[in-house]
Amino acid sequence: MPGKLKVKIVAGRHLPVMDRASDLTDAFVEVKFGNTTFKTDVYLKSLNPQWNSEWFKFEVDDEDLQDEPLQITVLDHDTYSANDAIGKVYIDIDPLLYSEAATVISGWFPIYDTIHGIRGEINVVVKVDLFNDLNRFRQSSCGVKFFCTTSIPKCYRAVIIHGFVEELVVNEDPEYQWIDRIRTPRASNEARQRLISLMSGELQRKIGLKVLEMRGNAVVGYLQCFDLEGESGLVVRAIGTACTLDKLSSPAAFLPACNSPSKEMKEIPFNEDPNPNTHSSGPSTPLKNQTYSFSPSKSYSRQSSSSDTDLSLTPKTGMGSGSAGKEGGPFKALLRQQTQSALEQREFPFFTLTAFPPGFLVHVGGVVSARSVKLLDRIHNPDEPETRDAWWAEIRQEIKSHAKALGCHAVVGYSESTSICEEVCILSASGTAAVLNPRFLQDGTVEGCLEQRLEENLPTRCGFCHIPYDELNMPFPAHLTYCYNCRKQKVPDVLFTTIDLPTDATVIGKGCLIQARLCRLKKKAQAEANATAISNLLPFMEYEVHTQLMNKLKLKGMNALFGLRIQITVGENMLMGLASATGVYLAALPTPGGIQIAGKTPNDGSYEQHISHMQKKINDTIAKNKELYEINPPEISEEIIGSPIPEPRQRSRLLRSQSESSDEVTELDLSHGKKDAFVLEIDDTDAMEDVHSLLTDVPPPSGFYSCNTEIMPGINNWTSEIQMFTSVRVIRLSSLNLTNQALNKNFNDLCENLLKSLYFKLRSMIPCCLCHVNFTVSLPEDELIQVTVTAVAITFDKNQALQTTKTPVEKSLQRASTDNEELLQFPLELCSDSLPSHPFPPAKATSVDYSSFADRCSSWIELIKLKAQTIRRGSIKTTMTVEKASPVGDGNFRNRSAPPCANSTVGVVKMTPLSFIPGAKITKYLGIINMFFIRETTSLREEGGVSGFLHAFIAEVFAMVRAHVAALGGNAVVSYIMKQCVFMENPNKNQAQCLINVSGDAVVFVRESDLEVVSSQQPTTNCQSSCTEGEVTT
Amino acid sequence: MTSELDIFVGNTTLIDEDVYRLWLDGYSVTDAVALRVRSGILEQTGATAAVLQSDTMDHYRTFHMLERLLHAPPKLLHQLIFQIPPSRQALLIERYYAFDEAFVREVLGKKLSKGTKKDLDDISTKTGITLKSCRRQVVEEMRGSLVDNIQQHFLLSDRLARDYAAIVFFANNRFETGKKKLQYLSFGDFAFCAELMIQNWTLGAVDSQMDDMDMDLDKEFLQDLKELKVLVADKDLLDLHKSLVCTALRGKLGVFSEMEANFKNLSRGLVNVAAKLTHNKDVRDLFVDLVEKFVEPCRSDHWPLSDVRFFLNQYSASVHSLDGFRHQALWDRYMGTLRGCLLRLYHD
Repeated sequence: MPGKLKVKIVAGRHLPVMDRASDLTDAFVEVKFGNTTFKTDVYLKSLNPQWNSEWFKFEVDDEDLQDEPLQITVLDHDTYSANDAIGKVYIDIDPLLYSEAATVISGWFPIYDTIHGIRGEINVVVKVDLFNDLNRFRQSSCGVKFFCTTSIPKCYRAVIIHGFVEELVVNEDPEYQWIDRIRTPRASNEARQRLISLMSGELQRKIGLKVLEMRGNAVVGYLQCFDLEGESGLVVRAIGTACTLDKLSSPAAFLPACNSPSKEMKEIPFNEDPNPNTHSSGPSTPLKNQTYSFSPSKSYSRQSSSSDTDLSLTPKTGMGSGSAGKEGGPFKALLRQQTQSALEQREFPFFTLTAFPPGFLVHVGGVVSARSVKLLDRIHNPDEPETRDAWWAEIRQEIKSHAKALGCHAVVGYSESTSICEEVCILSASGTAAVLNPRFLQDGTVEGCLEQRLEENLPTRCGFCHIPYDELNMPFPAHLTYCYNCRKQKVPDVLFTTIDLPTDATVIGKGCLIQARLCRLKKKAQAEANATAISNLLPFMEYEVHTQLMNKLKLKGMNALFGLRIQITVGENMLMGLASATGVYLAALPTPGGIQIAGKTPNDGSYEQHISHMQKKINDTIAKNKELYEINPPEISEEIIGSPIPEPRQRSRLLRSQSESSDEVTELDLSHGKKDAFVLEIDDTDAMEDVHSLLTDVPPPSGFYSCNTEIMPGINNWTSEIQMFTSVRVIRLSSLNLTNQALNKNFNDLCENLLKSLYFKLRSMIPCCLCHVNFTVSLPEDELIQVTVTAVAITFDKNQALQTTKTPVEKSLQRASTDNEELLQFPLELCSDSLPSHPFPPAKATSVDYSSFADRCSSWIELIKLKAQTIRRGSIKTTMTVEKASPVGDGNFRNRSAPPCANSTVGVVKMTPLSFIPGAKITKYLGIINMFFIRETTSLREEGGVSGFLHAFIAEVFAMVRAHVAALGGNAVVSYIMKQCVFMENPNKNQAQCLINVSGDAVVFVRESDLEVVSSQQPTTNCQSSCTEGEVTT
Repeated sequence: MTSELDIFVGNTTLIDEDVYRLWLDGYSVTDAVALRVRSGILEQTGATAAVLQSDTMDHYRTFHMLERLLHAPPKLLHQLIFQIPPSRQALLIERYYAFDEAFVREVLGKKLSKGTKKDLDDISTKTGITLKSCRRQVVEEMRGSLVDNIQQHFLLSDRLARDYAAIVFFANNRFETGKKKLQYLSFGDFAFCAELMIQNWTLGAVDSQMDDMDMDLDKEFLQDLKELKVLVADKDLLDLHKSLVCTALRGKLGVFSEMEANFKNLSRGLVNVAAKLTHNKDVRDLFVDLVEKFVEPCRSDHWPLSDVRFFLNQYSASVHSLDGFRHQALWDRYMGTLRGCLLRLYHD
């Protein structure tokens, strides 16, 4: 008898009138868990009943505790006929099962009915008494913590990051069972809600078991999804990263820098070892190759001796991409071997994390992705999810091999998704190939870790810049240059990744949201023919999406994409592709070349003129964007910071790049003969359209920035106001002129208009940034396109640098640096103006070649795999500049730690898709929130049409999430995500139905200003300087 | 391409004050968009008309959903669906129950019923409904002090609550306010009188523990007022009263001769008004009577306001010196309020 669940029903309020005659309600409550049901007394004639029930006690297995939701039903007593249900509350008691989370669930819950929505509230208290169970073979996994957050949660420290866990369960969808024909919509919806709740519980328990097997105690980056496969069933699947987490004992010591998720993590090692910067604050790159190639090997030997797990004992065989040595030298080889040994025995070395502890990520290879088109099988056995398992295993295998081809052994920022239309299903997986530091992956003692850290500090940061694959044996053509930071190792020209921007990366200017949007018509077809048609279209779509991304990135004058998410949606007669990412200018990567337009028919004079006109427009746009996003050439940073790179500094940019190119030519000309800048060939109207569409994206109004990553590169001074929102739009296409072009334009307009509306709505928050902008496209019907956006708007302080209280010394320093900036701004602006019109020297040029990518696309009937790979990589400029930057950094850091905060109203629950709350410190994680709701109406017009219906429903979903968090004792949801919003309507029948699935982490946060600002923070300020440096120098 | 569905839901409900006002004023979405365009918002923000349309629709939808809660403001505070900061909640309520004085002046005293509602034009409809709901709830559910009740149950500011109390009081007693003669009076005038009457002439004024609330006039008091008749019926008393007043005011009043000539008429008017108040119909005509019997005669003789004040003060005070008169307290309760009202009513 491992657990006792106790429930008390206290009261209700605002109940609906159930008895027309008396305008009152005779309410009572049924409390159900598993197969046991209790009832309260009937509270006669009241809309605000006070039941004050006894404690209802359920004695249950902990397995059931994990799987089952507590079900509370409020009913109206009726003497003569059946009792009428008012509504239900499902409470997930999982948060009560682990010791550190909530101890009691107590509060007002909205009473929800799938037909009428929220109908009053009920006050419930829930407690769990757990008995220790010594049974080793138990099926439960109580105690394993789950986090939606895709980084190591604040107030925890990662001891070991074990790796990938996945599981899926299938069942029949109650909506499609025969019984559904005779039962009411309400009964059917409730059956579905309950089933999915059960399945999620089961899934979570099973994943928990796997984690325990790996000797972990938590799952981070937990992502659970539903596939509504219609008649073939219902799939609930989840992936996550198993970790061993340590709770930090004195969270107050770490209170600063909650602004960025990974900054906080950064401090963890620093706090234990207050002086790591001594290593990096000296002359920055005096170390020779050999020096740093040596230290990892040391650490390696230490590890193998100190840990007695079989991890380190596995033979180091099978070098991924052949010759590892040539360029990288012993360091690379060793690192590779070592990581491989740690990862190889894992089936899938995948990590769902997008932000990492410092030093974890060694190299980034590029985005790897795989898609596969499947036909859903009609016959389905719920007890055997093998088919679905096999499908995913196949895709994961492919991802793994792609990563290998890039010389990487791991995939980070990994995610999986599906798109289903009728019986066709596209499975997609994507991630970023990477080389990881093995030290987090094995059972090493903490001390060992720290020592290694010191030694590795430099090489890790420097090595970060360099390509993981072999230069002479590259998996794809790319231009390599020497890292603009250390000038020792090779970096590519452009980098695409699915992860968040690492905090120690040096970024110039600000980032921006970049989207590629694409539609392709396809013929309506059945089954296999349909699947074939889709698989044939996919490679072209991927290719075009990538071209668009690349063009838009160039147009912004940037050279790297983070948080890339490409979504391909399948509909009856079309495919939609939507890629979102955050573009930035990485200081370590070369300046992107411009875009040059070339016409195929050069004879025509007017055409020529047209081309040159377009060219001018493009050049103007690039120049404008550079100004807008404050992308100034890297000289600035070198100027202010005093980079030790022995290079004449006052030269104009053009001169400098020439001088550089002369350095590099010897290296590069061997492999790449491309002489031109990035060329767009215009040979037909389609291409012309493409160019036009490039220029139609309007930048956000002034005072607004947007990105789809956790934090906006280049903005650090967040203030505390946040506004999370969901916006949904559905457009109906006029079926008359459905061409690819018209479709593209419609889709483009839809997205652009949606963004414009958001900017307008949130204009009172200026200056602000839309973070974690998450677009989801679906095609609910033939001519309908639905776009759902969830994001958070965060205000920031524009003039913070000059306004905050600082000691005079700091102030003057700050002043000086800003003055510097202003002085420098002038010549630089001139520079950027003149830049694009100059042809670039060879070394500056960039090229994209997708031949390899297209080559990889092959297809055959039914099972077609699409191998789409975009491989870019880059590097991160590190803190060679600490010495000079630190005073300024100090100032900034302190400002951020004490933001203005006035509005801490009682009862407010904040929601955010980010893993942190600006200006606040998360002190406790209360557990995962994972909720699924169905809402249906048969009086659509009366509820304000489709907009009124969905508006009310989403507001209700928010309300229920907030209520659950509040009942757990929390005041915020972080890493909130709306994973599904399936909307179906039938206006002719006056009906509509919507399914929403949301999740997030319930937390308790404390405003930083409420915490004492302890002087003991001081040591940590040093390390902060390194991450604020980017902001200061721009 | 047509937009089928277009919504925006924030974790904190966004409230645009300008749009809220337009909505309260009863403008349709189209009109509201046109008005917003005229305000120059497009130029300020660089938005397009389509964006504005979508934004306005969205706000209207939100307000529509909120309206149900606004009918019972305490619900707005406890509901969980819309997360609204308290300051915003207060603003929503205050604005929702704010009314147009001219309009209220119109409805004042009319029986709030379907018939009346029909007459109201578009702009007023909303206010009409709110009034009705306000009155209904006050009448049905509450006891005790009217102003406090309204304030508690509708969470309104003091000033607004007082105004509502006046409206409810007038509506409940069906005072005639629509007559042509009374058109010169503003809502403020009536509200002032209502407040005085609530304070002095209702049951609540005597005993706050009373079950009935203070929106009904104290019946006993009205019955007792009959006793005042003696002041004019008894000729000796009347003469004595007159001479007392005249002696006191001689030389102080610019219109002394007129006063002297009219004294009996005025006094008769005031006392008769009191005596008649036992009948509901006469209660209804209170303001008409006051204007006819007192305000108009004085006005035609061009009494300055200061003289009216002197006169009324003296007129009521002198009664205390009338030995044969036994209803001093009653007189004070009546005259104290009436004096205040008359002074307020006495203007052009």
